[in-house]
Amino acid sequence: MTGTTLVGLLAAALVAVGLYGFLVNPQPLRKLIAFNLVGNGVFLLFGFIAERGGLPGIGGDPVPQALLITGIVVAFAATALAVTLLLRLHESTGSTSLADEAPSPKDPAA
Amino acid sequence: MIVDAFYAAPAVLILALAVYTTVVRGTFAASVGFLAYGLLLTITWVQLHAVDVALTEAAIGAGLTSLLLVRASHRLRESEAAIRAETPGLPLKLAAGLVAGIVGGGIALAVLTLPEPAPTLAPQVAANLAATGVGNPITAVLMAFRAMDTMLEAIVVLLALVGVWSLAPDRAWGGRQGPRYNADPDGILAFIARVLPPIGIVVGIYIFWIGADHPGGKFQGATVVAAMWLLAMLAGLTDAPPIRRRWVRALLVAGPLAFVAVGIVGVYAAGTFLGYPPDAAKALILVIEFALMPSLAFTLGLVMAGAPERPEEAA
Amino acid sequence: MSAVLAASTPGGLLLPAAVLVPFVGMMLALVLGARNVQRVAALTIVAGLGVAIAIVATAAQIAAPLEYVLGAWAPPLGIVLRADGPAIAMLLAIAVVVVGVGLYASGDFATPKGAPEERAPTVYWLLLLAVWGSLNLCFLSGDLFTLYVALELVTFAGVPLVCLDGKGETLRAALRYLVFALAGSIFYLLGAVLFYGETGTLDITMIAERAHASPATFAAIGAMTAGLLAKTALFPLHLWLPPAHAGAPPAASAVLSALVVKGSFFIVVRLWFDAVPALPGPAAAQLLAALGAGAIVVGNVLALRQERLKLLVAYSTVAQIGYLFLMFPLALDPATGALLRGDALTAGILQAISHATAKAAMFMAAGMIYAALGHDRIADFAGAARAAPAAVLAFALGGVALMGIVPSGAYVAKKLLLDAADASGQWWWTALLQGGGALTAAYVVLVLFRALARPQEPVAPKKPADRTQAVATLALAALSFVLAFATLGPLPDGLLSSAFSSKELLATAAILGAGALLAAGLGRRRDETAPAGFARRTALGIGRAFECADTMLRRWPVAGISLLAITSLFVALMAAVR
Repeated sequence: MTGTTLVGLLAAALVAVGLYGFLVNPQPLRKLIAFNLVGNGVFLLFGFIAERGGLPGIGGDPVPQALLITGIVVAFAATALAVTLLLRLHESTGSTSLADEAPSPKDPAA
Repeated sequence: MIVDAFYAAPAVLILALAVYTTVVRGTFAASVGFLAYGLLLTITWVQLHAVDVALTEAAIGAGLTSLLLVRASHRLRESEAAIRAETPGLPLKLAAGLVAGIVGGGIALAVLTLPEPAPTLAPQVAANLAATGVGNPITAVLMAFRAMDTMLEAIVVLLALVGVWSLAPDRAWGGRQGPRYNADPDGILAFIARVLPPIGIVVGIYIFWIGADHPGGKFQGATVVAAMWLLAMLAGLTDAPPIRRRWVRALLVAGPLAFVAVGIVGVYAAGTFLGYPPDAAKALILVIEFALMPSLAFTLGLVMAGAPERPEEAA
Repeated sequence: MSAVLAASTPGGLLLPAAVLVPFVGMMLALVLGARNVQRVAALTIVAGLGVAIAIVATAAQIAAPLEYVLGAWAPPLGIVLRADGPAIAMLLAIAVVVVGVGLYASGDFATPKGAPEERAPTVYWLLLLAVWGSLNLCFLSGDLFTLYVALELVTFAGVPLVCLDGKGETLRAALRYLVFALAGSIFYLLGAVLFYGETGTLDITMIAERAHASPATFAAIGAMTAGLLAKTALFPLHLWLPPAHAGAPPAASAVLSALVVKGSFFIVVRLWFDAVPALPGPAAAQLLAALGAGAIVVGNVLALRQERLKLLVAYSTVAQIGYLFLMFPLALDPATGALLRGDALTAGILQAISHATAKAAMFMAAGMIYAALGHDRIADFAGAARAAPAAVLAFALGGVALMGIVPSGAYVAKKLLLDAADASGQWWWTALLQGGGALTAAYVVLVLFRALARPQEPVAPKKPADRTQAVATLALAALSFVLAFATLGPLPDGLLSSAFSSKELLATAAILGAGALLAAGLGRRRDETAPAGFARRTALGIGRAFECADTMLRRWPVAGISLLAITSLFVALMAAVR
């Protein structure tokens, strides 16, 4: 096994670990961290594919590498929007629960 | 099976940190764990000969994202106990572990069975690089071959900011984002915030400037500049502008609109939208990058600043 | 190297225009601010509709799909925009719905002269334009990565629409939607990355030539499909949809329900029919339609069990999304097991278009009923037909269009699918298609029955109906009957000639009668604990069982496990049944 293949397997492991956290951690911020772990796993997989497609003298395949930059920026924008939404939810209801029947103490109608 | 320790050591550490951030009890600890993990990950990117990605990952993935997470976990700490009560029971955890393992195993199998030799676009990029006038193949992909993606990506970030703004309470619409920070003017944060930004901004502009021919570019450079601005905001040295201001909005859209405008110029000058005439390709790419960099730095900084929460004071 | 050398066709420049006109409009509106936001939005909507019509006209003229190679960089290096039949039909339908919704929203989200800029109206118009541009990109892009960006754009534009009123409950619904949709995106991206590793391209036409059966290809199809289903809210991945679509303001719910879910749906169509038509195989196609069947049954029963009209309409969307996926096994070529772009695909696109107009009209009608009565509790709807006649009529028209009775677009779609099911001997889909109409009829009958009831004391409208809103709502509801035909061109011969035969009218009566029976048995009443006969008690028991199942499936860990299990199941079925 080459070192690069090891990175590909690391990518698969990161996706698995992140998905587990995404499913079982009830705190939305933890879900966002988990989302970023899964995202990193997918990005690393793309980086591994870029490296496999490398040519002597050029380095890795530049198309996946360029798309990775786009992907990282998009994932950041998603995280930022979600974190802001979460903080707003917390401020307005005092709770961060995503459950349907979540209590909303600051909402008089509930 | 012997694997180079050069690859194995960071991989094991990264995986260990990923597991730590997933299972650790406190969200704050998880956020800090994610910061360390993100920094280590940049090593892997360098190992993959993806220096541009490593720069982006360090600036955005590890830097800005971790800052967001650490700040948010601090603000959410009093809700920790309540939310922990919703942790699912063992059967669901086992089921989750099982399906996550199956998906991870499937990806691993895919990794091991990808075709040899690997399909690649590297030769085609190399063959067409000269027509774009830029020396960094990644910049050529981002600004010429797949310029549409990059244009749309700038719009994605802008749209995320509109989303962040939309979360303002009605009375705060048009006002300033986030809380007003009042750091101790003689404290360490204020000191760093005075010393670091001039250096950081120069570094950011340098990363941006060399991006045409070397690793670097507008996204990484803009992130560094945005981070410096955030630092100054956190130290109370400056404040986010009121979002009602027309100059604020004009600065935000100037970059993406300039991108569209250059694309339209291409219709007349090169016969196709987002096309560049060969002798003017590099110049037009630089026009886009110069317009995009300040807009991006401004947008990224404001996306980090949180929802507007302070109504604009009566002038 | 490639048999298909992409080249720009005449009128190809219209394709980037269809994507960028809404976005440029959004950016200009943002800068000009205050009252100008709505003005710029109105101008942009007119311009965008013009572009859509021009695309339709050009495609008819050259009698071929439009293509545009961006920057003249042909794939695999560059990106191609393509407008084939289904894309053009969606493009035009969405433009028409945007016009209707925009007219309706001008009543709710207007900024008075001289007033300072306000949050909700400003954000609404910006996001409406953003949703439009993003969806057009979903329809037109021929590149898997550009489609990823399009999916994210749709999500970022859709989520803030959910919590436009800023209340705690809607913020929660918006966050749940965003976080689950992000999981969907990352699964999609995982698939795109694997396709690149396998084929060295992201262009859909080139993938169709290069992809072959392999672990990476199956993993790619499975992950992408499941991720897209999460974004489309196909049962059992619908945990986020009901609160998100029901909690938004009506003009926003219409956008979310009628338009936003169509983006990810359309990419499933692109993936299965265009990128890898020969690879999913019959078992995976049956699974996709089986999920659709689950959506139809659970969504329709849950719709009957709702107390509030907006939640009823939201669950009706859950069910209608199910119908969109019935076409997959019916589009299989029996000889090769590959998906064919034939009548079944036409039927699916017809359903998507009919649902877009009908559902927009139904949410807008729900908003008008709410405005007239001051509430939307279905049990207290007596007198609604007097207080808000246009809204109740529009709701009825929209509902009838969804049931698949003559002469709606959904009727033609059902006919095409029934023919395909007969031809391929898939009798189980015949049964579902026949029964599904009655399930849809049930909640429409229930609402109309309540709205037409005589009130104990006369109901005076709380607010006089806005005439523009009434016209826009009725027009969209009426369009559900004709737009589908206008966008799809010639239909198979003889399809409509028998539409008004006595046999068809009898079938219509049967659908309505069965619907009324279901409504009487399962429909929610004001007092659910009142003494009831055996039949009602049994029906209530069934209804409660469905409610329990829905609540369980919509819990976060369960829905997440479903997402991963569906991914794995798709891969296993593709690998096993070849």
